[in-house]
Amino acid sequence: MKPESATILIVDDEFSVRDSLCGWFRKDGYHTDTAENATEALRKLQEAAWDVVLLDIKMPGMDGLELQERIHQIDPEIVTIMITAYASVESAVQALKQGAFDYITKPIDPDELSHLVRRALDQRRLKSENVQLRQKIEQLSQLGEVVGDSPQMQKVLELVRSVAETDATVLVRGESGTGKELIAQAIHANSRRRFFPIVPVNCGALSETLLESELFGHEKGAFTGAAYRRKGRIEMANGGTLFLDEVGTIALKTQVELLRVLETKEFTRLGGTRSTRVDFRVVCATNQNLEKLVEDGQFREDLYYRLNVFSIYLPPLRERREDIPLLARHFLQKYSLQMNKGFTEISPEAMDLLVRHEWPGNVRELANAVERALVVGKPPVVRPGDLPMRIGSLSENVPADSLAAMEKTHIARILERSNWNITRAAEVLKIDRVTLYNKIKKYDLRK
Amino acid sequence: MPPILVVPIYFEGRHALLDSLGLRLRRTFGLEPRIRQPWFDPEIPFQPARSQYNSTLLLAQLLRDREDEAERVIGVTAVDLFIPVLTFVFGEAQLGGRAAVVSIHRLRSEAYGLPSDERLLAGRLDKEAVHELGHTYGLVHCDVPDCVMRSSTYVEEIDFKSAEFCPACLAEVRAAR
Repeated sequence: MKPESATILIVDDEFSVRDSLCGWFRKDGYHTDTAENATEALRKLQEAAWDVVLLDIKMPGMDGLELQERIHQIDPEIVTIMITAYASVESAVQALKQGAFDYITKPIDPDELSHLVRRALDQRRLKSENVQLRQKIEQLSQLGEVVGDSPQMQKVLELVRSVAETDATVLVRGESGTGKELIAQAIHANSRRRFFPIVPVNCGALSETLLESELFGHEKGAFTGAAYRRKGRIEMANGGTLFLDEVGTIALKTQVELLRVLETKEFTRLGGTRSTRVDFRVVCATNQNLEKLVEDGQFREDLYYRLNVFSIYLPPLRERREDIPLLARHFLQKYSLQMNKGFTEISPEAMDLLVRHEWPGNVRELANAVERALVVGKPPVVRPGDLPMRIGSLSENVPADSLAAMEKTHIARILERSNWNITRAAEVLKIDRVTLYNKIKKYDLRK
Repeated sequence: MPPILVVPIYFEGRHALLDSLGLRLRRTFGLEPRIRQPWFDPEIPFQPARSQYNSTLLLAQLLRDREDEAERVIGVTAVDLFIPVLTFVFGEAQLGGRAAVVSIHRLRSEAYGLPSDERLLAGRLDKEAVHELGHTYGLVHCDVPDCVMRSSTYVEEIDFKSAEFCPACLAEVRAAR
């Protein structure tokens, strides 16, 4: 069986045309109805929703062209197909100019008619899918992934909202793990470029040559191994946003090239001769002190001013501890769902530890800690023992602000960082190994 | 076995085709074919401007019979059929009604410049008759490739499908009876 749910309204003053088209489409499983004139058609258009309207151009009273205009005022998504005789092809062309999907000249080949209606319905379906997807993108653009109630984060979100609508270059600054990429995505998602891609480039992860090829693309044979032409990230970001992460690590030579592209919005693929025009917005991020790099001659001053048009500073997690419970619950919900585990809460003791921790790795470290807790813990509650040692070790009964507590946290962190290599940790702490062993014993630190 | 009226219209000398169609109607619908000559003027549906016969008007004539005990009535003709707005039709039926009509005019291989093939023609007529009668039992076009209710606007499409209903369409025909 063919469960067609599409609806077709046939408007023609000739009974035989209405009758034969109606019968033909009903046998295809479509819901059809007919109208003898524009008045009846407009009434039926108000009464029900129609996917396709087939309408005769020449009718007494309001003609097909005028009716088409009225139909599109009622619902611009309705697909209209004009019915005409040979004598009025000119009017059909006029109808096409006014938004008709196509026209049929009587008599039409049955196969052509079936295909035409199928194509019209496909177009309508694609249009409505497109609208739905755009709405979905709008919903996703509500800064939903950026979590934080603290005044600092509220300020950040306010800045994101105000700068997103402009096309200004944004420099996102903050320690590693504070969520700079998330902010870049939020800026893009709230900008007019949101229906185009955001293309990230991790400048720190690529060597000088690789970064150039990655940014600008290359022509076939541009260098050994360039077996085919490849689009660069700048070209891919056309219409959208180019996100340059760890921008402070870009080599001086590439900085010159990048500055030229940012100023002219034109680039040339490696090995190419023709420059290509692109339209993109730049959002970049760094955890480095760019001013210091400029001073040291490692970062071009002109590029610095080009990138630092609007700056957003993301505070480290330790400076906005009130966000920790909110973030921890957010990650608990997210990972519990992903791992299909029934975790519903974090015990007050565990939450206390999370809030007191220093979080040198910021939100990324918190996310990892919660994820790990969900792997080792037992649902439905995350307990102190489920947390990584460096966080759990704070649980000893010493006041959090005491010298002992700070010493314990510091030693635990260094041990963790040196992967429990006692010699290396002792060197960093500038104490001898015996003293370190004693401290480990005293504070009951465990790997 | 309930009867079905088979009305040959401009179909002289086509006994073999009528016999083959009768067998098919018995097998598929369990209907007993009764051949009956037209009780109306077959020229009524003729449209001189198109040199074709309006199948809707022909259906209307077929429905004027008063032999109410026949479950269905099917007209079989050799003339070219059309409905307004379409260049031609292989046949037409009342959706959920009682009458159907089929034409062999465009089912003949000769219509496409090929040598005559009576066996192929009989198969095509059987399929189109079952298809149109399927509409009278309320069936709409089916997407199953070899179901007889699949829409065919080319003879090649008729050749591709079988003369049988797919299980879902068959169930619907049984439910309608």
